[in-house]
Amino acid sequence: MSKEEFCNMISISEPGPGDGGNTGSWRVLRPVLDATKCIPAKTGKPSCFNCWLYCPDGVVTKTIPPTIDYTYCKGCGICAEECPSGAITMVDEASFTKEEK
Amino acid sequence: MHVIESGNVAAATGVKLARTQVIAAYPITPQTPLTEKLSEFVEGGELPAEYIPVESEHSAMAVCIASSTAGARSFTATSANGLLYMNEQLHWAAGSRLPIVMCVANRGVGAPWTVWNDHQDTVSQRDLGWIQLYCADHQQIHDTVIKAFKLAETVSIPVMVCYDGYLLSHTYMPFDQPEQEQVDAFLPPFAPEHFLNPEAPRNFNTVTLPDVRPDIHGNTAPGYMEIRKTLHSDLRGAIGEIEKIDGEFGEIFGRGGEPFVEPYRCDDADYVAFCMGSLSYQVRDVVDAMREEGTKVGVMGLKVYRPFPDVAVRDALAKCKGVIVLEKALSYGNQGALFADVKSALFSAETRPFVHNYIVGLGGREIKTEHLYDALTESINNEAAIGDEPQWVGLKM
Repeated sequence: MSKEEFCNMISISEPGPGDGGNTGSWRVLRPVLDATKCIPAKTGKPSCFNCWLYCPDGVVTKTIPPTIDYTYCKGCGICAEECPSGAITMVDEASFTKEEK
Repeated sequence: MHVIESGNVAAATGVKLARTQVIAAYPITPQTPLTEKLSEFVEGGELPAEYIPVESEHSAMAVCIASSTAGARSFTATSANGLLYMNEQLHWAAGSRLPIVMCVANRGVGAPWTVWNDHQDTVSQRDLGWIQLYCADHQQIHDTVIKAFKLAETVSIPVMVCYDGYLLSHTYMPFDQPEQEQVDAFLPPFAPEHFLNPEAPRNFNTVTLPDVRPDIHGNTAPGYMEIRKTLHSDLRGAIGEIEKIDGEFGEIFGRGGEPFVEPYRCDDADYVAFCMGSLSYQVRDVVDAMREEGTKVGVMGLKVYRPFPDVAVRDALAKCKGVIVLEKALSYGNQGALFADVKSALFSAETRPFVHNYIVGLGGREIKTEHLYDALTESINNEAAIGDEPQWVGLKM
């Protein structure tokens, strides 16, 4: 049985971005990171990264500063909840202009 | 090798000869001796398999789903309420396209409690997407179990091997048990190309959305509806595979040749009794008696219920004047499920025989040969008077 036949027989996914489609379109609230409050961004040191650790969809990078991939971020808000320095705010998607989206 | 054993042991030795790798089962009457025999085989070192005792039938099927997904040949068995307790997992096994084989020793479904035979348990599970095969004697149980693994692994669809509780499961009959080398020549080791593999991590049976979706490579991956359509198409395609595998089995073992229906004195029959399981052999006595009286009657046993071999059924029955469907199950509030399927298969025939429906032996009610004789006689003599309404045989109140 070829891989193609098998993949048509059942629902199957491989690890990688976007297997569930453009899930960023589901988002109602957008997590916005304030680099002046974020611990790694403020200190310039690889530390904390709770947002990266807790993100259930793996769309937050372990970088300085952390970045969020809005193409796939569903806006669940867990990163904002877990950030110990309150650097992430959930902002209504309706408040962004078309260009910002 | 000729042996005299119970139907449950005929099934267990088939499972052993198929070199099953994982068995997970929960005992339930009348299936229990089958699972006991398998645990003996494993404990005694005769069958190098993993035997996983579980706390319920739901778990038994869940274990088989997991082990089959990991690439192991997997087996379970159950009856009646145990089968129904697995229901959600049965759908899952079919949708996951896992070649699990399961024996069901057919038993009536409670309430009220009954441990005796009818077909309500498996007939009520006909729409799962599983293949359902029915056996009429011990040789068929033994052979069908071995064939079921090949069929399941060829079409990637789970297979239920159904046989009458007590009437077959607990009675002793002689049957031929093939040599291991013969079975090995027929049934190669289970070697799926796709299975759970840490080297190539993949997620099986992930959530689908109403529409199709792009996968990570940008290719269109099927949605729920496409996957379900493929299951149906492959089930229909399994009809051809059943015939092919029956032929391959015949070449090695010298048995078979009637993959869908097993006719008895049907060649010139005006009237044909139609049923599943061991009942068709009992009806042979009635057929012989009526033939002696000059009535051209035959009996046909259906071996494959899902996928329904409609063309074979139509070809076999369309020529006769009347078909009498004898059933040990009922689609409550309507009519016998087999009866409805037979009528549906005959609908496109140029000339259609009348079709009557007789309900027999629910909850193990004794099916007397004289009752069957009366039912067939009544049906043949009262074509117009008996409509679609199921006729009940053997009621005492």
